[in-house]
Amino acid sequence: MTSQTRTRTPGADAPGRTAPVSADRRSRQRRRNLWIYAFLMPTFVLYGLYTIYPILASYWYSLVEWNGFSSQQRFVGISNYEAVFADPMFWSSVRITLVFMLIVAPLRVFGAFFLAILLNSPRLPFATFFRTAYFIPVVTTTAIVGVVMRFILDPGSGPFAAVVRLLGLAPIDLLGDSGTALATAAVVYVWKFFGITMIYWLAALQTIPRDLFEAARIDGANAVGVFRYITLPMLLPFLLIISVLTIEDCFRAFDLMYAMTAGGPFFSTEIIEIYIYRWAFAASIPQLGFASAAAVLFGVLVLAVVALQAWATVKSRAMQKGQR
Amino acid sequence: MSAITEGRPSGQPSGQRGGQRGGLRRKHPNAQPGGQRTRSRRTGWWVVALVLAVLAFVWVFPFIWMVSASLKTSGEVFAGGLGLVPESLQWENYSRAWVDGRFARYLLNTVIVTLATVVIVVVRCALAGYVIGRYRFPGSRLIIGIFVATLFVPTGYTIIPIVKVSLELGLLNSLMGMILALSGISNVAAILIYAGYFRGMPAELEEAATVDGAGFFRTFFTIMLPLSMPVTATVAILTFLATWNAFFLPLVFSFSNPDLRTVSVGMQAFVGENSTDWPGMAAAGVISILPVVILFIFMQKYFVEGIAGAVKS
Repeated sequence: MTSQTRTRTPGADAPGRTAPVSADRRSRQRRRNLWIYAFLMPTFVLYGLYTIYPILASYWYSLVEWNGFSSQQRFVGISNYEAVFADPMFWSSVRITLVFMLIVAPLRVFGAFFLAILLNSPRLPFATFFRTAYFIPVVTTTAIVGVVMRFILDPGSGPFAAVVRLLGLAPIDLLGDSGTALATAAVVYVWKFFGITMIYWLAALQTIPRDLFEAARIDGANAVGVFRYITLPMLLPFLLIISVLTIEDCFRAFDLMYAMTAGGPFFSTEIIEIYIYRWAFAASIPQLGFASAAAVLFGVLVLAVVALQAWATVKSRAMQKGQR
Repeated sequence: MSAITEGRPSGQPSGQRGGQRGGLRRKHPNAQPGGQRTRSRRTGWWVVALVLAVLAFVWVFPFIWMVSASLKTSGEVFAGGLGLVPESLQWENYSRAWVDGRFARYLLNTVIVTLATVVIVVVRCALAGYVIGRYRFPGSRLIIGIFVATLFVPTGYTIIPIVKVSLELGLLNSLMGMILALSGISNVAAILIYAGYFRGMPAELEEAATVDGAGFFRTFFTIMLPLSMPVTATVAILTFLATWNAFFLPLVFSFSNPDLRTVSVGMQAFVGENSTDWPGMAAAGVISILPVVILFIFMQKYFVEGIAGAVKS
């Protein structure tokens, strides 16, 4: 995105830098710049207040002891970090976040890949209808779907229990058992956001020129050959970027987790965001400094993934260029 | 791009292309038993479609179950089983959710918050996207750099300072505060979508406007903004979706004032207070989810384009 900005600027302001600048032109340019900053003002204010400032303020808050939003802050240095590092529950939440990601990301990336391949075929009847059906969970309110899933999976009266009985299996409480709750929540999360990855893959498939398929078929290639030698190599750059986007998405599981398990049972589904929430908002005496330290560490983890995304974008663009 | 939305890769009618390809294959010596193979292949695709249809039913089953449960009696729901047709339609579940569950209030809050947020986000992202996409100015690279670096910021990371700032500004327990916070969290993607779109517009547009005596402001509002309708639709719909479904911020902003709850927060409260009222819960769920699903079905194209944009850029 940035590179494009640099290469393609409107001609209007390009001569300003090379040709000798007249006073009239300079004042016009100054007025133009004023307008530009005026246009950016709403974003400066809102984004600055609710995104940039909070990112920076977290660092300060992580260095204070602070037991409630209206109470006094007392500088304590890095002791919050020491406390966070010493808390086994924090490490447990990090582990749970990563395990969650390891279940969700591959299922979404590869599952959606196969579905997209099928849906992309011009021979499949009702492809548009299927795409709509598989996408629907994406648009529904996560916090509400989480509650509905609790009832669906209820071991007593839920429809899932009815299926289990029908199959003659022993009743099972998927969300109530600390051994199965995380995997269950992960599968529900896959279901909920599967459609997004599917759209990513469909968009990627559209970039393969049709003539390539036609040419391969004229040369006598069969379906497997076309897939192996054309579709797969053409999609490889996208695998990288889609994987990173999907991994990033795994950090947004707060709504579903809170609604389905609220981190339980026995903290077995407590992802980092719920850990932060618990110390900042659900504790009887909020530990805001401590929670901020955890939030900063969470931010570092996120930043690592964003860096990975930047790398993946560059890399996949290079790969695409190589193919052309 | 619009090709995906039609479900057919190149936008041509599929039958025609299938015919063409069949023609090509018939000319090829390897494809001797052409007719039979085409037929068996077509049957194959129908089998695939059948499997996908069954899977799609399982996929949307939770929603079907929810609608069905919202029209049953408590006894029927608790009896369990897989039957989806209620003995008789219990519309009073809806009135219970609407009045006693206070979903009338929650829905109104959600509509107010969502519409206001969509307007603010569209205006601020269009303005910012326009100047970033079309102009170079002192600090422009720094600004783009900051945007790209903060492309993805989870709410859990920034929630504590957001609450603190809102508290100090006296905005914490108000819908206004909720709206401003929701408009201020990461919408970088929207700005970049606008920037990309405005960058692609011909420079002659601005030159012509300048000749006509239009200033910076008028050029944008009378020429550029109207031309950006397709992007505006995409941004508006994605923001609508994100805001309608938002949970973390509305939860925190309505802690001490239940009157500010949106549907997603209200649902948690409803389940907490009436844990045995499954039909009422299901009715509340239908009330909350139906508006987005209807919007999606009519505006599918823009949803899909907005999401696909992440891969293409």
